[in-house]
Amino acid sequence: MTSASTPEHGQLAQALADGLVQIRDAATSDQLRGVVSALTGKKGPIASIKSSLGKVTDIEVRKELGQLVNDALTALGVANDGRSRELRAAEFSSQIESERVDMSEIAMSANVERRLGRMHLVTQAMERLEDVFIGLGFQIAEGPEVETDFYNFEALNMPPSHPARSMWDTLFVESDVDGSVVLRTHTSPVQIRVMQDWPPPIYAVMPGRVFRKETPDATHMPVFHQIEGLVIDRGITFADLAGTIESFTKAFFGPGFTSRLRPSYFPFTEPSAEFDIRRHDGTWIELGGCGMVHPHVLRAGGLDPNEWSGFAFGFGIDRMAKERHGINDIRDMYSDDVRFTEQFS
Amino acid sequence: MKILFSILREMADLPNDPDAVALALNSLGLAVEEMDVVGVPVPGVVTARIVRMEKHADAAKVTRCFVDAGDGEERHVWCGATNMQAGDVVPLATLGTTMPNGTEIARRGILGIDSEGMLCSEVELGLSDESSGILILPADSQLGVSPFDVLGIEHDVIFDLDLTRNRADCWGHLGVARDLAAHFGVPLRGPRIAALSHGSNKALDVTIDAPEQCGSFTISYISSVAVGTSPRWVASRLAHLGMRSINNVVDASNLVMLETNQPNHAYDADVVSSFRVRLATEGETLTTLDGQTRNLHADDLLICNGATNVGVGLAGVMGDLHSEITDKTTTLAIESAWFSPDPIRYSAIRHGLRSEASIRFERGTDPNAWQQAAERFVTILRETCPDVTLHGGATVVQTTSCPVPVSVDVSVTRIESLLGVHIESERIVSILNSIGFATTIKGDVVTSIVPTWRPDCTQDVDLIEEVARHFGYDNIGKTVPNSTVHGRLSNMQARRRILRRVLVGLGLDEAMPSPFLAAGDLATVGLPEDNVLRIANPLVAEESILRTSLRPGILRSLRYNQSHRAPQIGLWEIGHVYPKSDQQLPDETEQLVIVVAGGDVETSLAQWNAICDALSVGTQLDQSRIPAGLHAGRSATLARGKKVVGVVGEIDPLVLDILGIEGRVSILEVDLTVILNEEPKPVQAKDINRYPSSDLDLAFVMEDTVPASTLQRALRQAAGKQLVSIDLFDVYRGKGVAEGFRGLAFRLRVQGVEATLTESQLAELQKSCVAAAVKAGATLRA
Repeated sequence: MTSASTPEHGQLAQALADGLVQIRDAATSDQLRGVVSALTGKKGPIASIKSSLGKVTDIEVRKELGQLVNDALTALGVANDGRSRELRAAEFSSQIESERVDMSEIAMSANVERRLGRMHLVTQAMERLEDVFIGLGFQIAEGPEVETDFYNFEALNMPPSHPARSMWDTLFVESDVDGSVVLRTHTSPVQIRVMQDWPPPIYAVMPGRVFRKETPDATHMPVFHQIEGLVIDRGITFADLAGTIESFTKAFFGPGFTSRLRPSYFPFTEPSAEFDIRRHDGTWIELGGCGMVHPHVLRAGGLDPNEWSGFAFGFGIDRMAKERHGINDIRDMYSDDVRFTEQFS
Repeated sequence: MKILFSILREMADLPNDPDAVALALNSLGLAVEEMDVVGVPVPGVVTARIVRMEKHADAAKVTRCFVDAGDGEERHVWCGATNMQAGDVVPLATLGTTMPNGTEIARRGILGIDSEGMLCSEVELGLSDESSGILILPADSQLGVSPFDVLGIEHDVIFDLDLTRNRADCWGHLGVARDLAAHFGVPLRGPRIAALSHGSNKALDVTIDAPEQCGSFTISYISSVAVGTSPRWVASRLAHLGMRSINNVVDASNLVMLETNQPNHAYDADVVSSFRVRLATEGETLTTLDGQTRNLHADDLLICNGATNVGVGLAGVMGDLHSEITDKTTTLAIESAWFSPDPIRYSAIRHGLRSEASIRFERGTDPNAWQQAAERFVTILRETCPDVTLHGGATVVQTTSCPVPVSVDVSVTRIESLLGVHIESERIVSILNSIGFATTIKGDVVTSIVPTWRPDCTQDVDLIEEVARHFGYDNIGKTVPNSTVHGRLSNMQARRRILRRVLVGLGLDEAMPSPFLAAGDLATVGLPEDNVLRIANPLVAEESILRTSLRPGILRSLRYNQSHRAPQIGLWEIGHVYPKSDQQLPDETEQLVIVVAGGDVETSLAQWNAICDALSVGTQLDQSRIPAGLHAGRSATLARGKKVVGVVGEIDPLVLDILGIEGRVSILEVDLTVILNEEPKPVQAKDINRYPSSDLDLAFVMEDTVPASTLQRALRQAAGKQLVSIDLFDVYRGKGVAEGFRGLAFRLRVQGVEATLTESQLAELQKSCVAAAVKAGATLRA
């Protein structure tokens, strides 16, 4: 600022000081708008000072005063913004106070207390298993639930009248040839269908519904679910089977779990095994059966056992859900009773 | 299958550690289901004779027994049992004895008179699961000693094995002992055979008329037999293994079978001195040992007295009641045969009679076990009949169906490439030899002669499994395959998951009712029952029909919940239906059903819209075809072109009334094979049209019989490419609109494609829309 002090200097300083006081004193937003438009309008004090600047002869002084006018307007604008926010905040706070609600009351109202549906526990378990196997590089295959004797038994190395057929209590479907159509007793027939339909290498799991002629009790249902795994590739070994079961165990149950194989017998695999899972506490759960795909089964699937080898495994899905949720009676899981269902979000 | 530790240890020098043996059994695939320690002596329990018994006038239910435990002291014991008499020798638990169930015998009194111990039953001594009173010991028993010693009860361990179908050989202790001996690397002795003096040769006539069913029939002749009671150890072992002691001959026969897996039958050789094996004739009968008279079938195999051709046994299943040996029997003809498994299995099934013998024959026995069995039989019998003689020259008749040892080759390379582990070839040979597979190696090829007790082993993978079992599954490493396949869901599976999540998002719970229906279930919900498949052998009649629709099941679940005070529920199911087809298998498809109690036609249409949106599919609503079982005025079919893919609307109120369901029920049923298998192409983007749009609000009056969709279609066509959206924003019936008509108000949002629409263009568009509406049967509402 130059040392020059004109009457305009004084007027401007006074107008600015007055204006700031008026803005500070405005009590409502409306009043503030009036004050500000009076101060900065065409007839306001700043405007009149600005219009008188033409009379100032000293160009430097005039320039300086012009700048001071702009600064004053800016200062008033800043003051207006600040006060305006203060006033609106005060005004909204009363609105906010008047709109206060009891959130817990609303939370309990019928409009808000709306739950999503539930997937059946078996479906939940099935999807979890599928996801783990997808992560391990498997695809998912499906097959019919009503099957021919060929797929359910014969192609699985159980020719007609094979004694091992009695390992499954079979429900037969009436057909032209007695006993030729069954409700599949396991998901294993899908193995044959996949071998016939998919070109190897095959890495597939086959979840689905299976049937047994079994009276329902706390641990058995005539209709339940299994998941079957099939790997067909060149040079697949029993060690690959053990390693895949181990990978699955860790991926599905957690890193602290391990698995073991024990010799067993199934007509469609050889060598055959049961596989057990070891829990954190050192106890073992018997999970399912597995083994190297029997050469007769590979041939039934249209594959040459000299070129391809593979393994298969299978276990119950219902039991997974039962164990996971501590269900005492498996019949509850199939009751469709919402009092049971809605527990499981 | 129960296996006794003591018998195993007689057959091989196994470690005296039942837990270690159990672990070994499990690792060999002979799964131990249960392990029971039996015959543990109870210290403090001694034999005592009841000297006299008295009743007390005030204690009717108990008896005062005065006993002598051999020490000359008379003790008084109260006893609640009634089966004992003065003079009987009984077990006495003396004061301070801790019984197997944990209770301690203390001085307890009745009516102020103390009891100085307790007389024991078999249950109380831990000898049995049931008993009927005090255990009465042999009258000549020494007093003051352990009753366990008196009874010859051996402290033993029973392994209850869950045998797999392939291990026929392990139905005898010998097979189990062989596997264990190989596992522990100790020699297999087999059952103990005494040095026997063979009598003169004695052969009996045997004729086999059914060579396919009977592969081998052997008769060993035994003389100087005296039928009596068994030695205690024999009775004890049989009891542990779940069989009752009958007499020394029958017990020897049974024990030999349990030990060697060779079922055998002892005939009185003076009564039956020649044999004929033939098929039964229709109408022939036989009374089996269980007292049942059985009508025989032409496929039943019969063992006959060669002299009379009358049946003396249903081959492989059970003997004839009237041909049992008697107290007077002194000579025996021991039959040990090999029968074809299948005919025996069918015979046992036909007669509902699975005997210890049939269980073994139907799995496959060893045709060469007969001699060892006969020698073991005589060894056991000699303990009670010191002069018993096994005569030489046994009759052995074999037919072409008799199994012979087979030779199987497998290469070391194949073993290693299938198991994924390196095993020394010497190890392979020694493993196979140790379980009786006579094995040699030449270069890479291992050749094994499979013993006749292992009918399950016929090809190379069978040998590989044997090698793997004895090498130890735990010793084979864990690797993962080098896969080139990528894990993923198929299009259909991914879309099914989207669908499930939409349904959950709509607040609907998944149900999983039984897929089996009762006769009439379909008719009840208004659906035809003529294309159903039936289960030939249903568990119960109410579950004999395979569903052709998900509707009966889910409505049952809905009603169940309604009756349990859950009136407002929505359920869905994705599941298969199985209508009959002209093929061997049904026309099995995957379906979706949704029902909502209290829901109406709007509910189900909204659900369908959400599903269509999520899956990028669309269908036409056709109300002209009324779906069976649905509300005739509030339901429609969903069609894609000419194909019906589902139904939507409400359940017929009559159906609900029959089912006892209250209120409306909305329903949506969709055939998912169509909807989920579609692969919608990616939508191609259109540029945002930045010209201002205008709304044309047009209200019409139209007869109720014409669907609103007809008018909408006409307006849509008339507005053409300028149309952005069309919404039915009001439907009005009432004052100002004639009966049988309704007002329909549409808002059409229109927009120029290349420039803002001018007033005159808008007016022109409105005019053509109205004209189209009029043509469709509507009039512009005043």
